[in-house]
Amino acid sequence: MQITIDEAKCCGAGQCVLVAPEVFDQRDEDGIVVLLNASPDAAQHAAVREAATICPAAAIQVRE
Amino acid sequence: MSAARPRIAVVGAAAAGLAAAEGLRRLGWDGVITLVGDEPRLPYDRPPLSKQVLSGAWEPERTALRDSAQLSGLELDLRLGTRATAYDPLERTLTLDGDGPTVLRCAGVVAATGVTPRTLPGADGIEGVHVLRTLDDALVLRRRLAVPGRRLAVVGSGVLGAEAAAVARALGHDVALVGTQNTPMERVLGAEVGGLLAEVHRAHGVTLHTGQAVTGVRTESGRATGVVLADGTTVEADDVLLAVGSVPAVGWLRGPGAEAAGVDLSDGLGCDEFCAAAPGLYGAGDVARWYHPVLRRHLRIEHRMNASEQGLAAARNLLAELEPERFGERRPFAPVPYFWSDQYDLKLQAYGVLAGAERIEVLHLDKDPLRPAALYGTADHAVGALAIGLPPRQARSLRALAATPSTWPEAPARLTVAVDA
Repeated sequence: MQITIDEAKCCGAGQCVLVAPEVFDQRDEDGIVVLLNASPDAAQHAAVREAATICPAAAIQVRE
Repeated sequence: MSAARPRIAVVGAAAAGLAAAEGLRRLGWDGVITLVGDEPRLPYDRPPLSKQVLSGAWEPERTALRDSAQLSGLELDLRLGTRATAYDPLERTLTLDGDGPTVLRCAGVVAATGVTPRTLPGADGIEGVHVLRTLDDALVLRRRLAVPGRRLAVVGSGVLGAEAAAVARALGHDVALVGTQNTPMERVLGAEVGGLLAEVHRAHGVTLHTGQAVTGVRTESGRATGVVLADGTTVEADDVLLAVGSVPAVGWLRGPGAEAAGVDLSDGLGCDEFCAAAPGLYGAGDVARWYHPVLRRHLRIEHRMNASEQGLAAARNLLAELEPERFGERRPFAPVPYFWSDQYDLKLQAYGVLAGAERIEVLHLDKDPLRPAALYGTADHAVGALAIGLPPRQARSLRALAATPSTWPEAPARLTVAVDA
């Protein structure tokens, strides 16, 4: 799995951090997503897919 | 493709419909997935329309929810520029009107047709009168606002009207915001936070006409020249944006089959806690009014986050109904609602339910009047929390307040702790 994020699209909702806190974080100053791990191991895959689906800005792209 | 493969149709190809289609495939549905969209475009995102698209910061392509490689990976039977005209929940037959009528037999249907904007009587077809729901709507208004010095009257001071007014003002136009509410977004935010937002709009140079209905659009040679308010005042304008709410798009669901199946279409598509409206028929997104099992009331939420979450939940529960031994039990859909709004440099974020609150408490946690936090609730419990300009970690911590509502004596203390953490 390879994750890319589009910072300019991110609206800072933080739902990805709630769903997959080991993979995503947010910058303190503006809430923009920070990718902690661009290729997480299999245990994280379901959470990452869910984060990508529910991201309200479609800012998370997942390639598998 | 074999004709014997069972089919699930997702009607509506925006955020909720796309999440449903994606969910179906990802959860393992190997039958046909027909995704029906009335616009000819690939699925795109709506929140940027009143923000980055209207301002010109984004080209329209940026609103695409998925690229074509991702969509083709879902192996969809994609029918764009196609309208669903009927669905019979007893026969499970869906009628589409693309190049002539087509009747599809479905194992199940997810209804995600969203809402259509309300307009004003007599305003349809007047040049210079706009609504803002589709990408095409946004591009038409954007072209008008690309010319400096326009006068824009925004009718309706809900979130859409307030965001569009902020964008037009930031572009330097002369903007009037007219609404029946006493402040922008008063119905959601309450009088105090709404009053603060009113001050922000005024400080940026927007002219507010509050507590005023618009009785008509003034025209000259078929072109809008302004709007007339209930008190007789005319607000002169080159363009008029109608942001006066919307109506759930359920016309295609009406019919004898829906009546016989007991489908409730009184305010959107009435659904139970599993997002089911009838056997094999599920609702998601703006169109769906479902029973929230934790809040113990029906909600119909027109916010972006709910569209994706409910699309996914509806897909999962439809599959569980069709093949429980394979997809497991249906699960109640009990999200913590979330919405945000960007106006000027302010970000509003809210969790839970704010609208219709019987009690509101506003806290000014760091003495900055532009950064309030507020609690919203019933007489007994705080069920919603809002903050403006709060850093992300604290903003996320508000979610817990809405997820497990507390009684009023406890709620402000919890809010203070959450925000200080």
